Amino acid sequence: MTSEAADPVDAVGAVAPAADAGFLQRHGATIEYILIPGAALVGALAVFGIFVALFGKNPLDLYYYMYYGAFGTWFSWQNTLSRAAPLILTALCTALPAQLGMVIIGGEGALLIGALSATSAALALQGAPPFAIQIAMVLAGVIGGGLWIMLAGGLRQFRGVNETISSLLLVYIALAILNHLVEGAMRDPASLNKPSTREIGAANMIGTIPGTDVHWGLVFGLVAAIAAYILIYHTVFGFAARVAGGNIRAAKIVGLGVSKLILTICFLAGGAAGLAGMVEVAAVQGRTNANLAAGYGFTGILVAFLARQNPLAIIPVAILLGGISASGGLLQRRLGLPDASVLVLQGIIFVFVLASDALYGRIGFLKGKS
Amino acid sequence: MADGSIGLWTVPLAVLGGAIRVSTPFLFVSLGECITERSGRINLGLEGTLVMGAMSAYGISYLSGSPWLGVLAAGITGALLGALHAGICSLPRVNDVAVGIALMLFGTGLAFYLGKPLIEPTAPRLPAIDFGWWSDIPQVQAALRINVLFLIGVVLAPILYWAFRTTRWGLLIRTAGESSDAARAMGHSVLLIRLRATMVGGFLAGVGGSFLSLFYPGSWNEGLSSGQGITAVALVIFARWDPMLCLWASLAFGGAAALGPALQSVGVTSGYHLFNAAPYILTLAIMIITCSPKRTLTGAPAELSITR
Repeated sequence: MTSEAADPVDAVGAVAPAADAGFLQRHGATIEYILIPGAALVGALAVFGIFVALFGKNPLDLYYYMYYGAFGTWFSWQNTLSRAAPLILTALCTALPAQLGMVIIGGEGALLIGALSATSAALALQGAPPFAIQIAMVLAGVIGGGLWIMLAGGLRQFRGVNETISSLLLVYIALAILNHLVEGAMRDPASLNKPSTREIGAANMIGTIPGTDVHWGLVFGLVAAIAAYILIYHTVFGFAARVAGGNIRAAKIVGLGVSKLILTICFLAGGAAGLAGMVEVAAVQGRTNANLAAGYGFTGILVAFLARQNPLAIIPVAILLGGISASGGLLQRRLGLPDASVLVLQGIIFVFVLASDALYGRIGFLKGKS
Repeated sequence: MADGSIGLWTVPLAVLGGAIRVSTPFLFVSLGECITERSGRINLGLEGTLVMGAMSAYGISYLSGSPWLGVLAAGITGALLGALHAGICSLPRVNDVAVGIALMLFGTGLAFYLGKPLIEPTAPRLPAIDFGWWSDIPQVQAALRINVLFLIGVVLAPILYWAFRTTRWGLLIRTAGESSDAARAMGHSVLLIRLRATMVGGFLAGVGGSFLSLFYPGSWNEGLSSGQGITAVALVIFARWDPMLCLWASLAFGGAAALGPALQSVGVTSGYHLFNAAPYILTLAIMIITCSPKRTLTGAPAELSITR
């Protein structure tokens, strides 16, 4: 009777089971999905505290500065939210293909290609009204990034090439293309120390949300995540994708076009990461250069796994991880920790989150009495 | 032959020398990954292991003054990371590919963190053997200045090939990789076999990392490895899990990776970054050619999640 409450498939948007079941049984799965990653996060923070204590720093100071640098002031909140924006988008690049059972880790490459395409579009259209340029940048970013990941999806479907490895190789190829163009054909002769493309122009930047310093990219991210959630959980297409992800043979038997599903989902995934690249160009950098390879694509993988590949859960997790990266500067200044400490913490969180996968369905008081 | 007359021969010579120099990390990582994957598990975290190995080798070599202690330290670091991977993977319902990604990020982050103070100082480097003594041409001498680790790797490949075929350990690893049920029925713990295989794999990958920081390029910085580890993991797949093919593939890769610097040395600078991406493009191209959607790859361990 209560077995369905512990069934992981019913995670989100589940139909309420039998009315006489208790609250814990009814929401057991949902509670598990919050409790277990939460516990993994706390465990990771504890281990990281011990780690910095080994280097003679006070862990309590660490936690305080992390909180202060991430969420302590309005200024740090704005910093956090600005960093969360690209993380939401790059996390979608891993979370969407995960619905099909694919592990794509090449969001960083799609971000770079998206940034490059968006910059090219803006530079080609110089003189056009800003709004038209911004639309063109969005389209170019999405299409560039989308095709990049679609390549990995297509290789998997038509050539049997493992998508995890190919998408990661494509990151390095994307970086080489970016460096090649930025130091060659697209280089602004005025950029001496840091080879860059020409600026897209201040008028064409997407600007900040009124009353804040947070750029509009955050809204792009929120809209994309909500749209992805609706697509996956409330449309026939999303249902077909989840069926194919659960059992590819069953999907073929009922006549689902698996190739079309894979290519579309991969395009959307890459498009999201490409949009992140466009946002970084049009809201932060104003041009394309090697600064764009800041690791948002890799942190996005962690966000997607921590959110258990749920597009809606990606939003709070991206804000949390954005906060951790926002606090990095403060940890450097106040505690003298290297800038890589954020990477170490992210790695520890990732390890804990994956190890916590073993706990699902095993927490006594959530199991119910069957 | 006079000094200036080798002209265009500089490029193939530099590629040959590069194939020998640059291939060593590829060789060690791919041999290590070969052992791990033969036992039925994939460790994508070797990229992180490589960087951690490079950092710890440099640190220990700097502190102790002995580069060989550094190599040992790199191996031990790699084995520990391998044990961590295997430990997490032995928990129920944990995906080995995801754990590999996590350890890739963790290993690189940790290496950057601990390696911050190592960017400035100079550590003693590994010695090289001059096989080019018979030649007067400096480029030939440079190409044939060969590191001992490369020779160890070259010897290791046929030994592994032989060990997989004929020794008890080779058979156990292959059994765990082909059918965990069969291994269990024989009374062996599959988790233990895989733990050991992943630790040995990590050890070799760590040693491969020590080559990066202690011989070529021969210093520690955060851009030391950009994807060599993951390229080597891909290399195992099209080497069909065969240690001898891993050796040839590593040499080909080293040559491809040396193409960019070789062309730059004769004044071809345009497309430098694209030539540097040659190993990744080559990997992708070979994977496209050799993989097929219709059948599983010949030689693939049946338990391997990535080929199913």
